Amino acid sequence: MARRVSPTYKIGITAVAWVVAFLIFFPILWMIITSFKTELDAFSTPPKFLFFDWTVENYAIVQERSDYVRYAMNSVILAGGATLLGLIIAIPAAWAMAFFPTRRTKDLLLWMLSTKMMPAVGVLVPIYLVFRSLGLLDTHIGLIIVLGMANLPIVIWMLFTYFKEIPKDILEAARMDGATSWKEVVFVLAPMAVPGIASTILLNVILAWNEAFWTLNLTTLNAAPLTAFIASYSSPEGLFWAKLSAASTLAIAPILVLGWFSQRQLVRGLTFGAVK
Amino acid sequence: MGKIELQGVEKSFGKVDVIKDVNLSIEDGSFVVFVGPSGCGKSTLLRLIAGLEDVTAGKILIDGTDVVDTPPAKRGLSMVFQSYALYPHMSVRKNIGFGLRMAGRPKAEIDQKVESAAKILNLTQYLDRRPGQLSGGQRQRVAIGRAIVREPKAFLFDEPLSNLDAALRVQMRLEIAKLQDTLGTTAIYVTHDQVEAMTMADSIVVLNAGRIEQVGSPLELYNRPANLFVAGFIGSPKMNLLGGQSAAPFRAATIGVRPEHLRVERNGSGTWRGRVSVAEHVGSDTFLYVQVDGAGEITVRAPGEVGLKPGDIVGLTPEDGRIHRFGDDGRALAA
Repeated sequence: MARRVSPTYKIGITAVAWVVAFLIFFPILWMIITSFKTELDAFSTPPKFLFFDWTVENYAIVQERSDYVRYAMNSVILAGGATLLGLIIAIPAAWAMAFFPTRRTKDLLLWMLSTKMMPAVGVLVPIYLVFRSLGLLDTHIGLIIVLGMANLPIVIWMLFTYFKEIPKDILEAARMDGATSWKEVVFVLAPMAVPGIASTILLNVILAWNEAFWTLNLTTLNAAPLTAFIASYSSPEGLFWAKLSAASTLAIAPILVLGWFSQRQLVRGLTFGAVK
Repeated sequence: MGKIELQGVEKSFGKVDVIKDVNLSIEDGSFVVFVGPSGCGKSTLLRLIAGLEDVTAGKILIDGTDVVDTPPAKRGLSMVFQSYALYPHMSVRKNIGFGLRMAGRPKAEIDQKVESAAKILNLTQYLDRRPGQLSGGQRQRVAIGRAIVREPKAFLFDEPLSNLDAALRVQMRLEIAKLQDTLGTTAIYVTHDQVEAMTMADSIVVLNAGRIEQVGSPLELYNRPANLFVAGFIGSPKMNLLGGQSAAPFRAATIGVRPEHLRVERNGSGTWRGRVSVAEHVGSDTFLYVQVDGAGEITVRAPGEVGLKPGDIVGLTPEDGRIHRFGDDGRALAA
């Protein structure tokens, strides 16, 4: 039975939702507004919301001072590579845990997640030393490994929950149809889990894109992504809020657009027609 | 070819023994039905043959080769699941052809075999639809198409009709039986519905608590049940089982008489005398539930319409040679 909703309640709840959404969005909005201010306006008290001299000079300066495209390319390579590496390991792992569980599967999942509870700074020195000896400092491959592994527990955990929803019968049918384990995953499991895998990819890309600890500590120039690009505007010579905002806006723009377009994919549930 | 032999097959899940020392030989081309109450291990036994579960002990021979260490894909069997288990992201054409594609057969051959399977199953016009756009019966046909197109050594059916409505179930039952007869492929069919078992099988395997109770043709099981369990399980309505003083004159611990083998005398004379408590009139038959002192309730199936109503006193006499005698251990005694 549908719940009866009074118009006042509906208006009230809508207003609350808008306020909450605005509060969450405000920091990003403020950052975008600030990126169009002069450095002086950016500092002014009381803060100026809309009535100031709009300027795009920050963007021009940022582009002139540092090569945005190169940083952005590095971000794409790192986030994409880390996500790909994560999926290659996580899909078989989640498949095994979802469809061939043992008594220890739950413990194993928890243990994996618990590695995320360890502060990254605790292993910074050993990892830095290992990277130095292996010549991985400031390389794409080194960062891809670190970012991929750092997010692996979350990726496995997410895929596990999605795979759990897929009826076991269908995978068994594939096995009876002569599919090897590998083909079963590629031709049956993965296509059926597309919505789940898509949201996992998106989340992983966002996490890797915004990851600042490892990228700042293990890169200098060659493999430095947009996080390093932003950080370069918060320097000992002074804080340039407007330029920092412009750099940040440029840094989040690609990921924001990606999120926008994959919204539908993200919220679409798993729908099956094969099983009653 | 598809001769399947089970030798001392056992299966345990942890400490629970689900299948206990099962020995069975299934001839090539026969239609064998595993039947039993839920939890008797019939589905597990089928999954062991399929290779979806590993045996704890024993051998499974297909055409003389032990396959216990062979993965399901390599056993040359195909299976129809209760839930249909179609691939939701593939068209009917792709669903049916999936097995051939996995086997790496050329595209032309796949197309031709899928088309001919679709023709047999009346699916030709649905080939480009997704499973989600089909009715239950059509989905079931796709699942069967997927099984036949690979020309397996044997079909395994795991309660394939239990998700269909009653009318469709009868129709599909007939279609599956006909199809198996035409193809001549060995079939193992699991069901809890004894009517399905009786109507489809060449040979019925009655399972209870992980053991085989009896193997035989439908009429053998009906006419000569080996023990009390089979006697009570096969036949509808259930066989009347009477113990104690009712059985003593027959030199047995328990006797059984099927409801259709009792003659009703209106004057109350006969082997047993009782009062009708319920009379069910279904047209073709009348089912009477008669309360007999010292023996309990006896079910009678009288042909046609019988003008009896609750409260009437009747006499019941079993037909000659239709009394089944069982000993203390529950096993049938020789006639």
